[in-house]
Amino acid sequence: MAHATATVDVMRPPAPAERGVDVYNLKLGMWVFLASEVMFFTALIGSYIVLRFGASPNPWAQPGKVLSIQITAFNTFLLICSSVSMVKAYASIADGNVKLMKVWLLVTILCGATFVGIQVYEYTHLIHHGFQPSGFREGSELAELAAADPVKYGAATAGLYGSTFFTMTGFHGFHVTCGVISMTYVFIRALRGKYSQQDHRGIEVIGLYWHFVDLVWIILFTIVYLI
Amino acid sequence: MSSIAAAAPAVHAHHDDRSFIRKYIFSTDHKIIGIQFLFVSLFFLFLGGLLAMQIRWQLGYPGRPMPGGGILPETMAPGGVILPEYYIQLVTMHGTFMVFFAIMPLLVGVFANYLIPLKIGAHDMAFPRINMWSFWSAFTGGLVMFASLFVPEGAARAGWTMYAPLSARHDLSGAGLGQELWSISIVLLGLSSILGSLNYITTIINNRTPGMTWFRLPLSVWALFITAILGLLALPVLSGAAIMLLFEQILGTHFFDPAAGGQVLLWQHLFWFFGHPEVYILILPAMGMVSDIVANGSRKPIFGYHSMVFALVGIGFLGWVVWGHHMFMSGMNPTLGSTFMVTTMIISVPSAIKVFNWMGTMWRGNLRFHVPMLNAIGFVAMFVIGGLSGVFMAATPVDMPIHDTYFIVAHIHYVLFGGSLFALFGAITFWYPNMFGKMMNERWGKIHFWLTMLFFNLTFFPMHILGMGGHMRRIYDPTQYNFLKPYQPMNTFITIAAFALFASQLIFALNFILSLKWGKKAPLNPWEDNGLEWTLPTPPPHGNWDRPPTVYRGPYEYSAPQVAEDYLPQTKKLPTDREPAAAPVAGH
Repeated sequence: MAHATATVDVMRPPAPAERGVDVYNLKLGMWVFLASEVMFFTALIGSYIVLRFGASPNPWAQPGKVLSIQITAFNTFLLICSSVSMVKAYASIADGNVKLMKVWLLVTILCGATFVGIQVYEYTHLIHHGFQPSGFREGSELAELAAADPVKYGAATAGLYGSTFFTMTGFHGFHVTCGVISMTYVFIRALRGKYSQQDHRGIEVIGLYWHFVDLVWIILFTIVYLI
Repeated sequence: MSSIAAAAPAVHAHHDDRSFIRKYIFSTDHKIIGIQFLFVSLFFLFLGGLLAMQIRWQLGYPGRPMPGGGILPETMAPGGVILPEYYIQLVTMHGTFMVFFAIMPLLVGVFANYLIPLKIGAHDMAFPRINMWSFWSAFTGGLVMFASLFVPEGAARAGWTMYAPLSARHDLSGAGLGQELWSISIVLLGLSSILGSLNYITTIINNRTPGMTWFRLPLSVWALFITAILGLLALPVLSGAAIMLLFEQILGTHFFDPAAGGQVLLWQHLFWFFGHPEVYILILPAMGMVSDIVANGSRKPIFGYHSMVFALVGIGFLGWVVWGHHMFMSGMNPTLGSTFMVTTMIISVPSAIKVFNWMGTMWRGNLRFHVPMLNAIGFVAMFVIGGLSGVFMAATPVDMPIHDTYFIVAHIHYVLFGGSLFALFGAITFWYPNMFGKMMNERWGKIHFWLTMLFFNLTFFPMHILGMGGHMRRIYDPTQYNFLKPYQPMNTFITIAAFALFASQLIFALNFILSLKWGKKAPLNPWEDNGLEWTLPTPPPHGNWDRPPTVYRGPYEYSAPQVAEDYLPQTKKLPTDREPAAAPVAGH
């Protein structure tokens, strides 16, 4: 094994090695992983696009009829804020300010956890009103509304609406949860003094993941809630 | 495993104080992980073979009690007679095990893990612990799939392609838990492939030893690199599709349910968007390893190294835009079908480049017909037949009558068995000394090769004729149709040949197992190869190198005039060689 010497810059590619790309392994690994994540969400979102805009003559429920836009808009705002605080955490440690980094990291974790909490609330609320993965529950409030106004509530396509909505937002929520757990792990390591101006790989890499999850949400919010 | 060759130049064994569990079970050593994959996937290969034998019995002797079939429960084969609902499980699980848990992990799980760090001069993978998770995720997936054979209504019944709505609705397939376990298992396998691929890609890009430039990489590493990119981007699509299928089964969603506005074709598009890159995941590593073995066996530099690399890249790229050729008969737009026909035809160009280059390598070479070389030549020959029958099916008008017949069964077995598996027999024999420090038996290896070659062709070539005659792909009893009755003697002939083929594989299994203990001790570089892995003791120690080796040339310098022997290892410094550009300061 090569032994580290005093002049090693861990934020650079491993050495000695032929020149690859100019980033260290962990960061490259995260980029590569995110490429596969893009494909995963493409499968889900692509299916949604095909099912919604493909050949079906029946309209889908109008925006805001089944889902609550206000509460989700707030959630979106929260997630965007958490991306900002993530950047602040990274900028702090890059400047060597460990204390400030911990504060911003904690803010990010709290925002992320709140996002998941609000999503759980949203789900229970929706299911209570009769919206579930298989469509509108028989005899529920939403089923009655849809029977009264089939066009506005997309009665004929409720099954697809439920399938795609819960799968896409559910998997996004799962990713946010994974992010919150990973960030908590990073936070504990930060408390133990594992990160410094010279080595803050964990902060940068979890940040990449977090921004990706945020970006996916902005797409999902637009295509699922707003149109 | 502990035998370290005596004369190990410039390498001394690390003192290894890891516990047994850390060393052999939850190991992070890429070599141990590769060997774990090897044992597990050879088991699944055997299991898949056993299922195939039962399929062949039913087709050769429809409705007759299978010898030894009495041990199967009443729900599968009462009195040894295979039931239709068990037969469809057999074809489904044979395909599933062979594609996902035998060939794919054998090629990628075993050889990407084992060869990449050794061949590029790295200490280990970039992320050893993620690598370990990759194995255990695949292992769990395999266990779940294996367990699904024993659940009440039996295993999945919708064919390995799991076409909806048959796979999605329990009332249609008749299998409940089995179908769900299939989806769960595939998600786990997808996770394993993604974790593996990101490791291989990062390692190859960032951890090459000084002097190992991109165009000095062995073709096996190039092939595994392209394969890793395909796996990285294709498997998440399959995982997404399998998750939708699982939700369809347990949550009552309607993705593939036309009655609620869903689309059955959506499943086919998702599956084949993954499925065609998957085809190249199953062949590219074989091509890469065959290139290494053919150059070694011909004692000549590989013919057209750069064109080989670009052909790999070309196949890797084109593999993404051909998936529709699996769906010519699905009722999709014929204009779109023509597009897929053209792109598919274009793939035969890089494939042909590779075949001609292998022949160019062998041409006037100083051929050594050792077991790996024989199997590599077998690969080239069988791949040509499989590739040519592929061109038939790429042409939409020709595909229409032969679609879903035994012609496609013949084709897939020519590329997967005749192609990938022959390459694997060669590769396992070739790197066995490096893995275990022992040689496999040469004579039995040759006997195994010739018997396999003979019975493989006797089994699968007649299937082309069956397919042209209209013999359907997953039919339970062909004698129920008058027009297929004349083909029944051929079916019986195929069955006998298939049994002989299976029996021949026992030679390989015995050779593999017995050589672990009684095999001849492997010399340092038994095949006189140029690769970095042979500069280490066999088996190589944990961490591979004390200090990274320096590479001065490509891996195919055989019969070079500068040296007396007919090979020139990548690490051997000649007076004319310059040191590679100074690497930055050491550190991980």
